[in-house]
Amino acid sequence: MLADAFYYEPWWMQIIKAIVVFAIGLQLVPLILLAERKIMGRMQGRYGPNRVGPFGALQPLADIIKLATKEQFRPRTAIGSLYVAAPLISILTAVAAFGIIPFGEVNDIFGTKTGLYGLDLPIGPLYLFMFSAIAFYGIMLGGWASGSKYSFLGAMRAAAQLISYEVSQGLALVGVVISAGTLSLTGIVHAQEGMWYIVPQVVGFLIFLTASFAETNRAPFDLVEADAELVGGYNTEYGGARFASYYFAEYLNVLVVSGIATTVFLGGWLIPGIHTPGWAQPFVVLAKMMIFVFFFIWVRATLPRLRYDQLMSFGWKVLLPLATLNLLVTAIVVSS
Amino acid sequence: MYSLPEDQIEVVSAPEPGGAGGLYRAFGETLRGLKTTFARMGEGVNTLQYPEQKVPVYPRFRGRHKLHRFEDTGLEKCVGCSLCAAACPSDCIRVVAAENTPENRVSAGERYAAVYEINLSRCIFCGYCEVACPFDAITMGHDYEMSDYNRQDLVFTKEMLLAEPLERTPLRAEGE
Repeated sequence: MLADAFYYEPWWMQIIKAIVVFAIGLQLVPLILLAERKIMGRMQGRYGPNRVGPFGALQPLADIIKLATKEQFRPRTAIGSLYVAAPLISILTAVAAFGIIPFGEVNDIFGTKTGLYGLDLPIGPLYLFMFSAIAFYGIMLGGWASGSKYSFLGAMRAAAQLISYEVSQGLALVGVVISAGTLSLTGIVHAQEGMWYIVPQVVGFLIFLTASFAETNRAPFDLVEADAELVGGYNTEYGGARFASYYFAEYLNVLVVSGIATTVFLGGWLIPGIHTPGWAQPFVVLAKMMIFVFFFIWVRATLPRLRYDQLMSFGWKVLLPLATLNLLVTAIVVSS
Repeated sequence: MYSLPEDQIEVVSAPEPGGAGGLYRAFGETLRGLKTTFARMGEGVNTLQYPEQKVPVYPRFRGRHKLHRFEDTGLEKCVGCSLCAAACPSDCIRVVAAENTPENRVSAGERYAAVYEINLSRCIFCGYCEVACPFDAITMGHDYEMSDYNRQDLVFTKEMLLAEPLERTPLRAEGE
């Protein structure tokens, strides 16, 4: 099995793979948008969108058309090139991070050995953190280049919050990496054939999940775009397709984090006791991802937004020591 | 040991936040909150699909005004006394009275309202006009859907107020 790791397909297969992965991945975003509004509606005793199309199914499409046809507004104080580039950075990094989620192992497709993933890098989690680090620039430059105080405040909060929580998120993953002994995401999945890492690494899982909420700027850690106090945070001055890009990137990030959590803690395409056939592996992974997406929505409907000092003290005083302790214990257990 | 009198209850103050206990409690309360929101999903919705379904109004609901005629003679009840205009706190009623003549008999009284306008964009639906009217010529109806594209269209004339309004608002049934 591990002999298949870091295997590269012929070039034409890589192109087809890239198109398929991103076609599916990008189609999921409007679905999640709709699901979020419907599920949150139900949790709050209302329907959610139900006017456009059957059961409101065309609502995301209507939203996208509305945003795409809007005027590309730019404030006079904005710094032009950065203002335009920032949403692109956001969406680019989100899409790039989506490429490493493994939807299955290497399978035979019409006689060609194909890995059901965009990329299987020998440095999987590092690649993820690299792009989430660059994604800060999307938010920070967007907030700063808008030339508005609310955007700026949102961007500053984003900088502090994302940096604080990325540490804990990384440390939570390191525990798994130590246990698996590999940085390849398919390798990590194969290492879970006996038991999913959610069982031995439950603390790491909880830390990763909590930090992921902060990393994706989702409630209850959505201080970056706290509508009540910052109007819209870093994207206050954005409208039309640029705002859509930010929005899209946020939900794609939710998908990426769900995918990583699935891969690292829920055993990817593995189901205990059943050998998942090759064709079913992507569906298993997608189903597990949807569990996380549902959890994200569920939490958003439940928890109120934290105060900023609570956010910081929670990140540095609770999550970081806990993640460090988890890492130490894992290291001791693995090495002994 | 101090014991509370029977008619008093002990006030339980919240435990100190922070520390390991606080973290544990926060975690527990988070799970409780998640359970609460999850349970709400099965409870159905309370939304009324507004343009199709409407909240029925109570019989004494104060909606758009109506002017009335006598049912037997068809004459207008309004005699153009302008008491409603005088009572109106937002000054939105305009009445211009004219004399009834034997050839042109509009109202039952000596005079009638040649012009009777209510500016609904100023009306606060207090119902004082209804109270002030000595002949019950003006009453508050049940209609509350009065949005319009134009301010001028919100000035309702006598003909509009006299006309039988489209019954657009359901009335709440007895005991509902």
